[in-house]
Amino acid sequence: MAATTSMVTSLTFTIPSLGLRLPTRSYPCLKPQRRFVRKAASNVITATYELKAPPYPLNALEPHMSRETLEYHWGKHHRTYVENLNKQVVGTDLEGLSLEDIIIVTYNKGDILPAFNNAAQAWNHDFFWESMKPGGGGKPSGDLLDLIERDFGSFERFIEEFKAAAATQFGSGWAWLAYKGNRLDVENAVNPWPSEKDKELVIVKSPNAVNPLVWDYFPLLTIDVWEHAYYLDFQNRRPDYISVFMEKLVSWETVNTRLEKAKARAAEREMEEERRRKEEEEGKPTNEEEDDDLEMYVDNDNDDSEAE
Amino acid sequence: MALRSLATRKTLTLALKSTRLAQSRALQTFSLPDLPYDYGALEPAISGEIMQLHHQKHHQTYITNYNKALEQLHDAIQKGDSSTVVKLQSAIKFNGGGHINHSIFWKNLAPISEGGGEPPHGSLGWAIDTNFGSLESLIQKMNAEGAALQGSGWVWLGLDKELKKLVVETTTNQDPLVTNGPNLVPLLGIDVWEHAYYLQYKNVRPDYLKNVWKVINWKYASEVYEKESA
Repeated sequence: MAATTSMVTSLTFTIPSLGLRLPTRSYPCLKPQRRFVRKAASNVITATYELKAPPYPLNALEPHMSRETLEYHWGKHHRTYVENLNKQVVGTDLEGLSLEDIIIVTYNKGDILPAFNNAAQAWNHDFFWESMKPGGGGKPSGDLLDLIERDFGSFERFIEEFKAAAATQFGSGWAWLAYKGNRLDVENAVNPWPSEKDKELVIVKSPNAVNPLVWDYFPLLTIDVWEHAYYLDFQNRRPDYISVFMEKLVSWETVNTRLEKAKARAAEREMEEERRRKEEEEGKPTNEEEDDDLEMYVDNDNDDSEAE
Repeated sequence: MALRSLATRKTLTLALKSTRLAQSRALQTFSLPDLPYDYGALEPAISGEIMQLHHQKHHQTYITNYNKALEQLHDAIQKGDSSTVVKLQSAIKFNGGGHINHSIFWKNLAPISEGGGEPPHGSLGWAIDTNFGSLESLIQKMNAEGAALQGSGWVWLGLDKELKKLVVETTTNQDPLVTNGPNLVPLLGIDVWEHAYYLQYKNVRPDYLKNVWKVINWKYASEVYEKESA
């Protein structure tokens, strides 16, 4: 019965990296997909997550972003997020999960859990280094440019809007170009752009460590607007930093690659949704519903209130 | 008799009209308060470079944007444009808060030669011991909370006027202390936005927090405490 299925209450997570829904019983502890042997107590912290180096030497972005900035920003700030994350995660349910999974779980619909800041910042900074390249800037081409022109009117309008978002994120945070999938109900978080339009590019800004993964978007490009990202080179002049980033640093190749991946994943998920919808219609029990979570409403002759 | 009252009424109406006009014309604009010490006077705890940027650029920008937002608010109120009035609230909180907080901050600091770092005596000193055990433990608490604050914000020593006790609070971004509770009065605020320390201390916020106490102006905090707890 369609009505019955809609009454099922089982907490599920959509993990973007997997495109699957995993059942959970107690939230926020996520049942691990694979067993891991709890390591015997030791003083050695297992380095679950590693600090990845930027895809270029630390001085390669000069004069637009100084070596000194990279040394501190990557060498201290980013490194500290990764080290602290490892300390927080060891011996907990989060151990063994991918970084993206930890972010989603610990975001906890906005009521963030302790590991979120370090996990999200570790991810954000990886994403940020890869968003730049020596000799970057210029203009994108192909599909990416087409989509930008479709969704923002023109490349110039997009630049304006992105710069404005980055300049007006008050306090610490990030500005993003993201590919919005077709999810209205994002389950784990409040979708800040609930609209029927799907598969479009959007510009969003986020405070502190928050990133668009928690809204189930596909991030394509980011700029770090925490003061530590620009203070050594630009002091208080954030708008100058943003302009230089757009004109001299953005790696449109990377953004393009990300867009292709995003489109592919969105298509995969659509197919998955279709398959699941068909199964539900045919009344077949899908593999993610556990019997004890299912509330069955049995037909009763006295019950005439069911609306189909 | 009747003539006199007529004259009085006319005068009153005229007076009222001109006051209303004056009120609608008079929009107070804010300006950058002078620092009671040189930019370099707080070294080595806080560098002159930071003090100058912090005062002349950051604080000034908050004031400029605060004035702009107030002017826009004034217009919107006069036009009855409620949605603009509401839309402006965040700009007013950011920038007005920035102005409030930094104005307090400059008074919270003093060169060592002028009493910076000298522990509080009198009623504030006593209140600190009562509420926190000792000055050291208050400092430890404020440093811990300041270091743990994610992103940008402030750590405060405040007086809860209603409960008549001292409290340590943090606020995010430029939210003034009063946003944590209407009965809270700021005695001492420490800016933990990165711009407050980055050029000198880089990512090591705890070092900044350790050193800033050398130039904290407890005299001002005591004055405020005595006035507000009277």
